[in-house]
Amino acid sequence: MSDRFEPVIIGFTCNWCSYRAADLAGTSRIKYPPNVRLIRLMCTGRLDPTFVLKAFSEGADGVLIAGCHPGECHYLEQNYKALRRYQLMTRTLAQFGIVPERLRLTWASAAEGARFAEEIATMVEEVRQVGPLNWPTRPVPRVEQASGGAA
Amino acid sequence: MSKPKFAMYWASACGGCEIAVLNIDEKILDLDANFEVAFWPAAMDVKYKEVEAMDDESILVTLFNGSIRTDENEHMAHLLRRKSKLLVAFGSCANEGCIPGLANLSPREGIFECAYTSPSTENPDHLRPRSAWQAPEGTLTLTPLQSVVRTLDQVVEVDYHVPGCPPESHQIAAVLDVLIAVVKGEAELPPKGAVLGAGDSTVCDECTRKRDIKRISKLSRIQELPMLNTEDCLLEQGLMCSGPATRSGCNSRCPNVGAPCIGCYGAAPGVLDQGARLMTAIASVVDEKEPAAIDKVLDGLPDPAGTFYRFSLAHSLLRANRAALAEKP
Repeated sequence: MSDRFEPVIIGFTCNWCSYRAADLAGTSRIKYPPNVRLIRLMCTGRLDPTFVLKAFSEGADGVLIAGCHPGECHYLEQNYKALRRYQLMTRTLAQFGIVPERLRLTWASAAEGARFAEEIATMVEEVRQVGPLNWPTRPVPRVEQASGGAA
Repeated sequence: MSKPKFAMYWASACGGCEIAVLNIDEKILDLDANFEVAFWPAAMDVKYKEVEAMDDESILVTLFNGSIRTDENEHMAHLLRRKSKLLVAFGSCANEGCIPGLANLSPREGIFECAYTSPSTENPDHLRPRSAWQAPEGTLTLTPLQSVVRTLDQVVEVDYHVPGCPPESHQIAAVLDVLIAVVKGEAELPPKGAVLGAGDSTVCDECTRKRDIKRISKLSRIQELPMLNTEDCLLEQGLMCSGPATRSGCNSRCPNVGAPCIGCYGAAPGVLDQGARLMTAIASVVDEKEPAAIDKVLDGLPDPAGTFYRFSLAHSLLRANRAALAEKP
């Protein structure tokens, strides 16, 4: 075993394309790093940014969002909604000091098992490069009595 | 029989909550008739040490406004928690961090830099506040700034929440009426943890403007939009409005007069993170599909975190910028 940092990545996939791509990667015996924990949504349009923030605040080092290719959403155009949320989240997260490498959006059709596995491998490598996030929980309250310590 | 005791305290806040309490007009006489004011620094002179000398839980109710920014704020939060039967987080600062909480987007050094070194500040000797200074007469102390702003319920247990920046006067009056009825034995206390003096829906729900198209192709600042009409949804007219994720209770005052909701009543019921819900809402209605075109619309929001979390940053899921959170408290 090495001491290499193994990032924890939460992956949100859609029921119709990207989850099936992951399934295909599995049934085709394609290897990809085990760092991703996949959560299946019906559609990436269901992805509330709250899910992403909750993942980061509770220990994820990265979040992957994977949906159907543009134009191929099973709910017409909800993946565009995911795209817009992703772009808005990236801007907002930058102000919190969360670098863009930690949030990735990708499209994968049900036939793209190999590509999906590659995307995951790339993301794991990128997040490994930027290091652990370890979102700092709230600071430990100081002793109650105010002391004259340095600010 | 002596009257039950009432206290109000002002931690890290602007003072607007105190003024809002005075805005209840003659209702303030009901407060005086039913309570003995034990401690209220903005209204009368009582020293901290006198509060320390009071029996524990001897104050029936304390309205605590302001966030926890300094060691002194934290000390007073613990002290008043101990002395009060009911501690009410009063106003946006105590509940969500409010405007002081926006400082959480920057580590402490950035705050000092901005306040004491920026070009708008005349400070040739680069003076900075210190927590202690030796004067000939003795040591002068100034309470230290903590690394991040926290809300009251992140520091001590809170019994009730009254949101708003500031809480609307008619809502404050209603809350006082409940308290007075309880004192007179005419009503039961609301369940612990309840949000008082607010609605249980969103500002959009109370807003009378028409929402039809739910699509926007441009986001502008209010001064760039001289021709706002008085009937249609402000968001549809291209103004960032926080109504979709904000708790009702204000009768949608701002949108009614043509100013967008800025989110001061905090997250709507069932919303874990007001900013995240606003991101959901805004991104949903942007009427573009190409990344570059989406970016162009989003450029109309130069400060997304500051806009979506204007009042709720300190109480959000992430709470603060990573560097600020990682600092020594």
